[in-house]
Amino acid sequence: MGWGTRRSFMKGGALALLGLGSVPRFLVRAAHAEGAAARSKVLIAVFQRGAVDGLTMVVPHGDRDYYGARGSIAVARPVAGNLETTIDLDGFFGLHPAMAPLKPLWDAKQLAIVHACGSPDTTRSHFDAQDYMESGTPGVKTTQDGWLARGLLAEPAGSASPFRAVAMGSQLPRSLRGEIGAVAMGAVADFDVKQDMGRMAGSGTVNARRGFESLYEQGVQDILHGTGRETFDAVKMLKAANPRRFAPEHGAQYPRGKLGDSLKQIAQLIKANVGLEVAFADMGGWDTHANQGNEKGQLALRFAEFSQSLAALSRDLGDRMADVVVLTMSEFGRTVRENGNRGTDHGHATAMLVLGGGVRGGRMVGGWPGLAREQLYEGRDLAVTTDFRHLFAEVAVRHLGVPPTAPLFPGFPTNPAKYPGVLV
Amino acid sequence: MVVKPRTRSLAASLCLLAFTGALGAACSSAPPKSQAAAPAAPQVTPTARASLILPASSLTEEQRIVHVLNRLGYGPRPGDVERVRRMSLAVYMDRQLAPAGIPDDRAQDALLAYPTLAMTVPEVLHAYPEPDPKVLAKIQSGEMSQQEMRQMAPLERRPARIAVELQAAKLTRAVSSERQLQEVMVDFWFNHFNVDARKGAVKWMIADYERTAIRPHALGKFRDLLLATAQHPAMLFYLDNWMSTKADLVVRAGPQKGRQMGLNENYGREIMELHTLGVDGGYTQKDIIEVARAFTGWTIDRPREHGTFLFRAPAHDQGEKRILGHVLVPGGGMADGLRVIDILSRHPSTARFVATKLVRRFVSDEPPPALVDRAARTFRETDGDIRQVMITIVSSPEFFSPEAYRAKIKSPLEIVASSVRALDGELVLPAAAGGRQAGGGFSLAQQVGKLGEPLYQQQPPTGYPDVADAWVNTGALLNRMNFALGLTANHVPGVRVDLGRVVGAADRAQPEKVLDVLLVSVLHGQATPETRRVLVAQLDNPEIIRATADDRGPANTDVEKLAALVLGSPEFQRR
Repeated sequence: MGWGTRRSFMKGGALALLGLGSVPRFLVRAAHAEGAAARSKVLIAVFQRGAVDGLTMVVPHGDRDYYGARGSIAVARPVAGNLETTIDLDGFFGLHPAMAPLKPLWDAKQLAIVHACGSPDTTRSHFDAQDYMESGTPGVKTTQDGWLARGLLAEPAGSASPFRAVAMGSQLPRSLRGEIGAVAMGAVADFDVKQDMGRMAGSGTVNARRGFESLYEQGVQDILHGTGRETFDAVKMLKAANPRRFAPEHGAQYPRGKLGDSLKQIAQLIKANVGLEVAFADMGGWDTHANQGNEKGQLALRFAEFSQSLAALSRDLGDRMADVVVLTMSEFGRTVRENGNRGTDHGHATAMLVLGGGVRGGRMVGGWPGLAREQLYEGRDLAVTTDFRHLFAEVAVRHLGVPPTAPLFPGFPTNPAKYPGVLV
Repeated sequence: MVVKPRTRSLAASLCLLAFTGALGAACSSAPPKSQAAAPAAPQVTPTARASLILPASSLTEEQRIVHVLNRLGYGPRPGDVERVRRMSLAVYMDRQLAPAGIPDDRAQDALLAYPTLAMTVPEVLHAYPEPDPKVLAKIQSGEMSQQEMRQMAPLERRPARIAVELQAAKLTRAVSSERQLQEVMVDFWFNHFNVDARKGAVKWMIADYERTAIRPHALGKFRDLLLATAQHPAMLFYLDNWMSTKADLVVRAGPQKGRQMGLNENYGREIMELHTLGVDGGYTQKDIIEVARAFTGWTIDRPREHGTFLFRAPAHDQGEKRILGHVLVPGGGMADGLRVIDILSRHPSTARFVATKLVRRFVSDEPPPALVDRAARTFRETDGDIRQVMITIVSSPEFFSPEAYRAKIKSPLEIVASSVRALDGELVLPAAAGGRQAGGGFSLAQQVGKLGEPLYQQQPPTGYPDVADAWVNTGALLNRMNFALGLTANHVPGVRVDLGRVVGAADRAQPEKVLDVLLVSVLHGQATPETRRVLVAQLDNPEIIRATADDRGPANTDVEKLAALVLGSPEFQRR
């Protein structure tokens, strides 16, 4: 075995241990999970890639240093009835006006906000910080798997479905890499071997699918064959469940864009009862080094799409939200001071949202470090008061039922006493 | 069809090849000074002698050739292996390392269909202006229909056309260019110095960026490459340096008059993290700010009207800078940035970072440390000569080792281009496809995007990853299978494959014979016994052996589907 196959071997090895020949993997899981109560809890992780400016998303309008530091990019103080000012939440914090679609959820106590949340690591590299947040090991680059994959593996009563963990997109995010066999899909509709519509309609699909399936079923244990087998298990199950028959309900309207598309399809998977436990979606465009705008502008447009997507999901799922938690995250925040180009550079802490029926919502959670110069991290950035790992751990343990002793974050035992308290 | 040397230019190009090749061989073991003295005997005889010395390897000759065609290019076309064997592998590699000497008329002619490729930034800004916002408003208000709009500003005259043509050209080159290594290197460096066509004015600058900043230096000096990207408006815009000024600068005149400007750290960070030293290369947040200060004033002359590089002295921070232990004395002006380019391109961390990335691309997802050491040493000893670093890598025992052979999983670009090449597919040019279209190259680029690698549209500055984990997942694998089915059925618009030609004289009535021809010409005998067994088993399936209308007639192999299974097989996903 040379240097090129370590990870492949791990993956193949795990499959071999499960004793998989050509037996569909979900059937094997089903056998293991026999007797476990049917589960329905779902965690939807939404990654804001590029480092969202938490101070614009959730504005600390009551902080006496906010307006001084922010200059032209500050979001105006709340003025009742004025839709172009900060939407006050608790007299100190408020939502950006473009985040208005989430205000009803705050009022319904389904939305909690953890401000000044982030990583203890000092990096301001997007790549490293995303990697650390998703592997769950700040400062350690050698971690092979993601925190969500580890959480699901450790969960005793996990579902046996190949759709237990699904990422919307053409690449599997770091958070879900590992032995869990997570599925990545660009779109539910594309998740099959395509029918040859030209001729012999009907028979071509079966045939090509069977051919490919046989090719990837062979004995070789490597990353391709392992993934291939998982793929065909998943194709069969999705075909049977047919999630596309579920149209958005309760008048939910998803905005155009990648996040809206992703959440709409995640809702379909939930309704189709395919055994989904963790779904992952992401949205880019947050790296606002220049002209980020204030009440209006570039960043406001991103917030509109972001909040409309989340609000549509909540409306679409209706009562099902009782079993769903949406957790938003971003690799770090942005500088407290406006930079030379009416934008912000890479900073430290940011704000994360927790949304769902079981959330202790309508509350700001975690300490506020303040924005005075001496209160800033390295004299320039919002300091971290809530380590993201405590927040993630609380959601994994209290919502998904991951044992508190599970190695969610290797070398960092989770401690329920430190949970920020976002869930009932 | 690897090289079609024209007699007139043959002697000259061989001369060049022999010269650079000799330098290469001398360089991988000797420091640069002794190179100059190394005699480089020009070869003028038609039979070229290879100057690249290849190591002993336990791979067969065919395996070594297939390996080189897969790593230094986008995979073999029918007949390529034999052609390389005839000219000798070392000669083929020599030529690929000196691409200017390879005649490439066919690909060059095809690229004439994409006029924006050759235009400067001011030219495209003039010829492909943003549609008038007033017109857009009229459409939104319903005063003007989409159809009227299309007549006034046809799609092929919109700025988006520039990236479309660039995407089409990339696939055209990957599929048809004889300068395969050159194209692989351009892809590698573009990804290393990534910019995103969707960010603001970059859409007008991106083709010029690839043509003038990346392509000429792809096998040249790293310092030249770094400088060319640093001064290109596409990079200046993408990483915001064009707006970065000394602290508290107040704009004196122009549309931004009275506006207060200042420092922007974006480029200062990424030039060190992503372009040179690597994230663990030993720099601090203080270095980032100092580098950003050194580059203040490096800007763009009217990004949406003219779009060329400009050093604007009043915006430059004239104070002293301290960068990685070097002191830049006050008043350096534009020379500050040039000094930073020198410091960074010659830093040992840069040699190691670039060597690691190249070895990862060309050898293995987990770069062998000893080879990285040697490649980094070549980088340092040749002042960042990329061609010499490549010679160290591709003539190494590690490159030709069984561990490296077929160890890489193809990226989406690689799977699409190598599939078309394996079937000797032809790309229909835009004119033939009907004017507005961008031809087969663009529809292949769209397939690449669907597989997860939308070309020239990677938002983060990190570019695309270069390891298997990033590309192998359930959805992506399905998309690859579907691409294979579409390609062999001629359902990819603008791309024509003639399976009859691939299969040749094989008797369609004998499916196993057809299969064996496919396995040889597409997989070059690399199919495992299991794969062959599985495919043979498919032949018993009446849908693969498509029965003729008259049931009693002879079997007629469904070559399309069989070829799709071969292209979608695990073996073909590797290179």
